Amino acid sequence: MIPAAFEYHRPTNMDDVIALLTKHGDDARVMAGGHSLIPMMKLRMAEIPHLIDLQDIGGLQDITIHGQRVTLGAMVTQHELINHAALTEVAPILRETALQIADPQVRYMGTVGGNVANGDPGNDMPGLMQCLDAQINLAGPNGARSVAARDYYEAAYMTAREDDEVLVSVSFDSPKSGYAYEKQKRKIGDYATAAAAVTLTKDGGTVASASIAMTNLSDVPVWSEGAGAALIGTRCDADALKAAVEAMLGDIDPTEDNRGPVAFKRHVAGVILKRAITRAWDRA
Amino acid sequence: MNDMTPDRETRSANLKGLGCSRKRVEDARFTQGKGNYVDDIKLPGMLHGDFVRSPYAHARVVSINKDAALALPGVVAVLTAEDLAPLNLHWMPTLAGDKQMVLADGKVLFQGQEVAFVVAKDRYVAADAVELVEVEYEELPVIVDPFEALKTDVVLREDLAGQTHGAHGPRKHHNHIFTWEQGDETTTNQVLENADVVAEETMYYHRTHPCPLETCGSVASMDKVNGKLTLWGTFQAPHVVRTVASLLSGIEEHNIRVVSPDIGGGFGNKVGVYPGYVCSIVASIVTGVPVKWVEDRMENLMSTAFARDYWMTGKIAATKEGKITGLHCHVTADHGGFDACADPTKFPAGFMNICTGSYDIPVAYLAVDGVYTNKAPGGVSYRCSFRVTEAVYFIERMIEVLAIELNMDAAELRRINFIKKEQFPYQSALGWEYDSGDYHTAWDKALKAVDYEGLRREQAERVEAFKRGETRTLMGIGLSFFTEIVGAGPVKNCDILGMGMFDSCEIRIHPTGSAIARLGTISQGQGHATTFAQILASEIGLSADSITIEEGDTDTAPYGLGTYGSRSTPVAGAATAMAGRKIRAKAQMIAAYLLEVHDDDVEWDIDRFVVKGAPERFKTMKEIAYAAYNQAIPGIEPGLEAVSYYDPPNMTYPFGAYVCVMDIDVDTGVPEIRRFYALDDCGTRINPMIIEGQIHGGLTEALAVALGQEIAYDDLGNVKTGTLMDFFLPTAWEVPNYETDFTVTPSPHHPIGAKGVGESPHVGGVPCFSNAVQDAFRAFGNRHTNMPHDHWRIWQTANRLGLHD
Repeated sequence: MIPAAFEYHRPTNMDDVIALLTKHGDDARVMAGGHSLIPMMKLRMAEIPHLIDLQDIGGLQDITIHGQRVTLGAMVTQHELINHAALTEVAPILRETALQIADPQVRYMGTVGGNVANGDPGNDMPGLMQCLDAQINLAGPNGARSVAARDYYEAAYMTAREDDEVLVSVSFDSPKSGYAYEKQKRKIGDYATAAAAVTLTKDGGTVASASIAMTNLSDVPVWSEGAGAALIGTRCDADALKAAVEAMLGDIDPTEDNRGPVAFKRHVAGVILKRAITRAWDRA
Repeated sequence: MNDMTPDRETRSANLKGLGCSRKRVEDARFTQGKGNYVDDIKLPGMLHGDFVRSPYAHARVVSINKDAALALPGVVAVLTAEDLAPLNLHWMPTLAGDKQMVLADGKVLFQGQEVAFVVAKDRYVAADAVELVEVEYEELPVIVDPFEALKTDVVLREDLAGQTHGAHGPRKHHNHIFTWEQGDETTTNQVLENADVVAEETMYYHRTHPCPLETCGSVASMDKVNGKLTLWGTFQAPHVVRTVASLLSGIEEHNIRVVSPDIGGGFGNKVGVYPGYVCSIVASIVTGVPVKWVEDRMENLMSTAFARDYWMTGKIAATKEGKITGLHCHVTADHGGFDACADPTKFPAGFMNICTGSYDIPVAYLAVDGVYTNKAPGGVSYRCSFRVTEAVYFIERMIEVLAIELNMDAAELRRINFIKKEQFPYQSALGWEYDSGDYHTAWDKALKAVDYEGLRREQAERVEAFKRGETRTLMGIGLSFFTEIVGAGPVKNCDILGMGMFDSCEIRIHPTGSAIARLGTISQGQGHATTFAQILASEIGLSADSITIEEGDTDTAPYGLGTYGSRSTPVAGAATAMAGRKIRAKAQMIAAYLLEVHDDDVEWDIDRFVVKGAPERFKTMKEIAYAAYNQAIPGIEPGLEAVSYYDPPNMTYPFGAYVCVMDIDVDTGVPEIRRFYALDDCGTRINPMIIEGQIHGGLTEALAVALGQEIAYDDLGNVKTGTLMDFFLPTAWEVPNYETDFTVTPSPHHPIGAKGVGESPHVGGVPCFSNAVQDAFRAFGNRHTNMPHDHWRIWQTANRLGLHD
């Protein structure tokens, strides 16, 4: 648990961050809350000669809400997110999800940006962002660009972000109606055995739209278009739930680990998804 | 009597003695971050050590190249077995009569084994240098299964080649360590053959780890001018460490000072001697400056003493009515690469022969086979007396299995087999003499408190509702009744490396009527400074607040065997009371002189001696203390001091009755503990608040072990649970609200009747949690399923029983 030597940088503006990234390339990494990167460095699984701390960069800590459009700065902590009344008003699923991430101590430090950017399949925010069809906003040497969360994740720890780009914020429209984030974990602070993010809208007693994403059941978060589609026009009855679960099971690809074998994870994924849909439906 | 004299009740309360829920005097410093742990020790010029560890579970070490590491600025030395061999310190004796490599001598036997010790001026440089030591390995076949170990041609311990006898008798195979037999095999087998009913079961008590919050470490400081070695470390038995260090190093014992500073939990993990201690000592001797070694969490989980890893097969015989007639138990014990179990010398499987439990079983037989595998050495008593957790789990599971076999209620089956109150002292079939007990009273109280009949009715209704498809949750009622065997132990049959397991207390009363007492034990969180002062307060009549308790410095404390196996109160607590009585005996003579009466004409009254029949004439203990130092008393030496070395006449046998109510989600395997009731009888209760804290802690560690905590290996001997992400350490979130209760059955042979309590809740808790899980599935045909009951294994049980679609 002793990291190798590294240079610590603490720039005060984004241009300097980009300049450092350009200069050092693969040898540099930005750090938000540090709750993924620092443990990896301590375990010497990541050797980062140049660590760039983002905490003095202005504007990354903001939560902005314009009408239905929500933008979360990369440095917003899970704790701030949980305690932001206006955000909870327009997008309560954020709070419901963040409360299931890690533990209070970690949530004081852990950020939205770090959780989304890293590409760790265990993180909860990526699946949620896919469910919400969020845009991931990046800054780089060639200016700003946005990538859809549903296109962002390529493989474990591999994303559409280039090495010289920084994730500055995520934006999404507030989910209009029913929502749920359901997660099974072994203990507080654990990654999901299986987790499901569900949003749906109701029209005339049936589902008008639905979006479903799963966490830690593949090397990337899984937005299951088929699972959402299976609910459209239904009353989320047993048959609809079964169809949604079947579609979802076709999209996930869990691996065995200490949480259990594949058969168990697939079974739990189905149970968790049914519960999430049922709760979202009840709230719609 | 003058008007200022408080009444007897007030005087008694002022002492804060036995029975007082006195607040822990240790907590002020711990809660304010002012503790002083090994890693807080910083000495001028101190160097830092770090280990190169084996990534392989079984491999030959072909070569070690130190050049690149030694070339790194700040690196002082890189030690290997070759460097330690001239000192004969490349191997060390274990507590179990085996020997263990300090640094890899030609091969490695488990993943994480110590291969080289890097010493550097800075902790960071040491870690960098570890990566620069080039070790070439040649992989060997890995054996992680003890049954396979006993069949394979692969020889794990080549150093023992040709040795057909080990420390505990004949070896049957090159990977076999010992066979330990207790009881009457022939008669037991006859009983089993002729019994109405025999229930048979094999159960695996998985490998786990005590995982104290503070990992192990040491700071060695060799003063080359005066020849003295000072060693600070995470030692549950500092005096034993001093003796062992002297025997190993050749340094005379008076030139070694061992100090256990504050210790952040031990639970058995800090009983043994580890290569890191030896390497820090050698490095300090070589360099002449202090050397610190502190392991990190992963090293702790991977390499320092594990617990359990017992494969237990039982046969229990009974009449049709449920009266148990005999018990047969065989254990295959996986000891890892070296036999480093921490047990009294004559007990290679600890007190596993307490496995007849709380029941009057007329005949029994136990055999334990110890086996080498490619896993870390250890086999410590994780929050229990030597292997008692395994024994109690075994019998409490066998009782449940027998209840299934007989189609009987498991509570009733226990009741009809309990040792009766009038049978104590009770001779067990496997050789123990239980000191005292009243099991029926405790059991009835527990079952009444939880409304056992009501719970069973509710459970039956739940099963019906489940069958009708109205619920997906099953209800389990976990029962356990345990008898511990603690307070090791009588020197006649208990020793560690030849040192008898007495313990000690030395008391000095100061002239103004306060005191210091030093003991041979060492607190790791148990609150000795609080409770031992209470024992003494009641014995000598000075307030506990006026008594300092000190432990852990071998230069000042009397020799003792340390703190583990719930032995502190039964042994050192007894020594404390006995030393206190010596103080009181001398005080009686002083009081009589001052009161101008015969010694026999005064009597003890809470905090003073009074003249018999004339209570207005008295001398308080404070007055006596002052006179002891300042008044010339004919025939009596000045001063007021006493020392007692206590050799206990017997073990003590605390017991308890636990009930757990659990709701299990059949679809996800998630258990929810609705209720946990724990009745403990630890004899005389010293500090009820501390007892309650001990019970909460022990139950939480029981919950951990039963529901998920394990050290798991893959087929290549890689540790799969090497961080707290995967090794289950419960937090407040996972822990239910515990209800505690008690009965009091004093130990007849202990000076104050106390029996020890720190480990009982763990011993009784594990089978209780496990039985709750197993009981939930009993109605669907479950007989036994192995721990740990984590989500997927519970799910697997439901799946096996066909409870999923």
